[in-house]
Amino acid sequence: MQELQARFKTITEDPSLSFSQKARALSLEAENSLAYPELDEDTARALEERVICDMYEGHAPFKPRYVMPDYSVVLKKGSEFLELEPAQTLDEAINSLMIAYHHVPSVTNMPVFLGHLDDLLLPYCDGVSEEALYSKIKLFWRYLDRVLPDAFMHANIGPSDNQVARAILKVDSELKQVAPNLTFIWDPEVSSDEIFQMACDSIIECSKPHIANHPVHQPIFDSAGYGIASCYNALPLCGGASTLTRINLYEVAKRSVSVEDFFQNVLPRYVDLNFRLTQVRVNHLFEKSRFFESFLVKEGWIAKDRFTAMFGIFAMAEAVNELQEKAGVAGRYGHDDAANSLGHRISAALAEAVASREMEYVWRGRAMLHSQAGLSDDGGCTPGVRIPYGSEPDPVTHIQALAGHHGYYTSGVSEILTLDETIRNNREALSQLVKGAFSLGFREFSANISSNDLVRVTGYMVRLSDIQKFKESGGSRINTTVLGAEASVTGAILDRAPRVIAHEFTRG
Amino acid sequence: MNLPEAKVSKILNFSCVDGPGNRLVLFLQGCNFACLNCHNPHTMALCNHCGDCVPACPTGALSMIGGRVVHDPTRCDECDQCLEVCPINSNPKVFQVTIGEVLELVQRNKPFLNGITVSGGEATTQLKFITALFGVMKQSVSLRDLTCFIDSNGYLPEFAWRSVLPYTDGVMLDIKSFDCDLHCKLTGRTNERVLASARFLHAEGKLHELRYLLIPGMTDVPAEIDRLLDFVLDLSPGLNLRLNAFQHHGVRGEAQDWPAAEKDRVEEIASQLRRGGLSNVTTPAVYI
Ligand code: SF4
Ligand code: SF4
Repeated sequence: MQELQARFKTITEDPSLSFSQKARALSLEAENSLAYPELDEDTARALEERVICDMYEGHAPFKPRYVMPDYSVVLKKGSEFLELEPAQTLDEAINSLMIAYHHVPSVTNMPVFLGHLDDLLLPYCDGVSEEALYSKIKLFWRYLDRVLPDAFMHANIGPSDNQVARAILKVDSELKQVAPNLTFIWDPEVSSDEIFQMACDSIIECSKPHIANHPVHQPIFDSAGYGIASCYNALPLCGGASTLTRINLYEVAKRSVSVEDFFQNVLPRYVDLNFRLTQVRVNHLFEKSRFFESFLVKEGWIAKDRFTAMFGIFAMAEAVNELQEKAGVAGRYGHDDAANSLGHRISAALAEAVASREMEYVWRGRAMLHSQAGLSDDGGCTPGVRIPYGSEPDPVTHIQALAGHHGYYTSGVSEILTLDETIRNNREALSQLVKGAFSLGFREFSANISSNDLVRVTGYMVRLSDIQKFKESGGSRINTTVLGAEASVTGAILDRAPRVIAHEFTRG
Repeated sequence: MNLPEAKVSKILNFSCVDGPGNRLVLFLQGCNFACLNCHNPHTMALCNHCGDCVPACPTGALSMIGGRVVHDPTRCDECDQCLEVCPINSNPKVFQVTIGEVLELVQRNKPFLNGITVSGGEATTQLKFITALFGVMKQSVSLRDLTCFIDSNGYLPEFAWRSVLPYTDGVMLDIKSFDCDLHCKLTGRTNERVLASARFLHAEGKLHELRYLLIPGMTDVPAEIDRLLDFVLDLSPGLNLRLNAFQHHGVRGEAQDWPAAEKDRVEEIASQLRRGGLSNVTTPAVYI
């Protein structure tokens, strides 16, 4: 108890946290002082050894990790709980959304999904001039960044070319804010060349948006569709994801004596344990937390049976290199065809394991595989299936090496290509690169232009100048600057964020 | 059929600075200029297999086999120490490629490409290879929509340009200076043929871009800039003109003591040229 109080005290007195950041850290400490949902011995040990991981989400899951509301419900029908009438004008629609966001929980306590903003707002744009729309979006964007300063918060636009999507791209590349994050959903059948080029130009300005390949995502979901949230998670709309758990593939490889032992014994064992961990956490959410008694369900913003479980993996690069070494072969992940194929074989095995395991309380009874990049500094492990920082090949070789993975990770793959600044004088090169990536089956495309102040860390955006300020003076308005990822203990988070940045951006 | 092969120092799968869009770039070995300011001096000469570089390699990637230096790419860690010791500005890592190998690579990278560019060294020192490669690409149903560009110092005479232009979509041409003595000092050659190439290529509709390197106190002096302006205006005010800024990266010899071009000065010259009527002047995105 005394130790706990000492931790509370450190948080309340921490000069670099704002009061809301303190409140958040205190609530995490409180939750984590409760006993963990009961795990069997093997699962508990694997978690303890961090071969499997719960993303430090807290001991008592009382809200889903990612909530993806169908915001058209509140716009069209209003909300009895929030005492809102259906929206009649664009101002009312934006206002209702601003209110709605405050009532949507997630792992960060801020909304991770803001909706398909063009679909939501277009019905209210008749008779609204381009200038008026632009200035309303600009104010809306300013509000989002200042009031919900969390770069996990993610807006979607596209695939159609429309005035709202254009206004958002324009405002976003002008303001260069950390929040919200943005995905443009691209469909070659629907998206015009102009809007696609606008999105690419905006990447050159501010490393946003991220572009999602609709023809690859769409068949995974049903007619209610999907949205992209947080670090590029593709999830069922009107639902979301209850949990995200993940396997450290490097740890699994270390525990294997050979490639065959990895595939035959060790990987299946930890896949099983990670499933057990996931089910225990999902059960807690569904059976104990009463989350689904919320007005969000009653009013139809979300449906209880549309929450998936994200089955994450990371450290593919280290796992492959470890297994290559055990097999006595030299080729390295990202650079050698045999090493890359071994990686693809691991992804295929994981996809098969996920497809064959039945889960309770999970959308369609199956988890969804995810290449996870949330906490980036995992003891030198590389996020998801990425190629280690500093050793990436040229962008084309990079994409060719990774494309084979993308088909397996139905709930998203976070990839970041770093492009040098010379691309500013040659916009066409970027659009061709995106098209090339998509033609090879890339699910999503994100790029950093290396001199941009605004950069992706593991999937969320931070401003390099904010990190600099944070280092110099302590304290940042932006949650993601401080939080790094949504790790558990404040101290660790504070250490992590700047280190992560340094790690990612000293590659010369 | 007996198709020519090329001596290549490097192949890039991705370049956004060698013509429009993303391009596959072949750097061909060998140059007919000897520019003091060269950023890649090891691309100048063809290897004479003297063997001096073999003991300099720390990883044992180089060996003498039958009187020829052989490079083993799987053991090379790209430290470039071999380039440092080579007495004639050559490179033991240069490799031969066939047209078939290039086509295979282009085919594989096709979804990412707007086209291909041959650069150097001086690409046109291997003109037969370029003509053959571009010729085959233009006949290939699956590759003919890719554009074929040459990056050149312009020393090639007109009759030789005529042999490759039917298969070439554009040329990026470097002008080192307008003053003939200065040109001689910088490159070892006079500039008449360079200027003639620029005019000829422009008349043929194949001059995609002119490039001009600003070296402080030499090529950025008012007299040079005035002649640059007149020269481009005479061709076309809308011609793409790319100003490059002299930097020390890769440079050897006396040029290491020259001052680097500063961004402010480069931008000032760009505005001066724009005021003079040029509408497509580009300045560097980075100074390294
Ligand atoms: S760059 Fe040259 S010296 Fe260095 S390892 Fe390769 S061959 Fe050897
Ligand atoms: S690269 Fe230079 S040093 Fe090496 S063998 Fe050839 S000429 Fe001699």
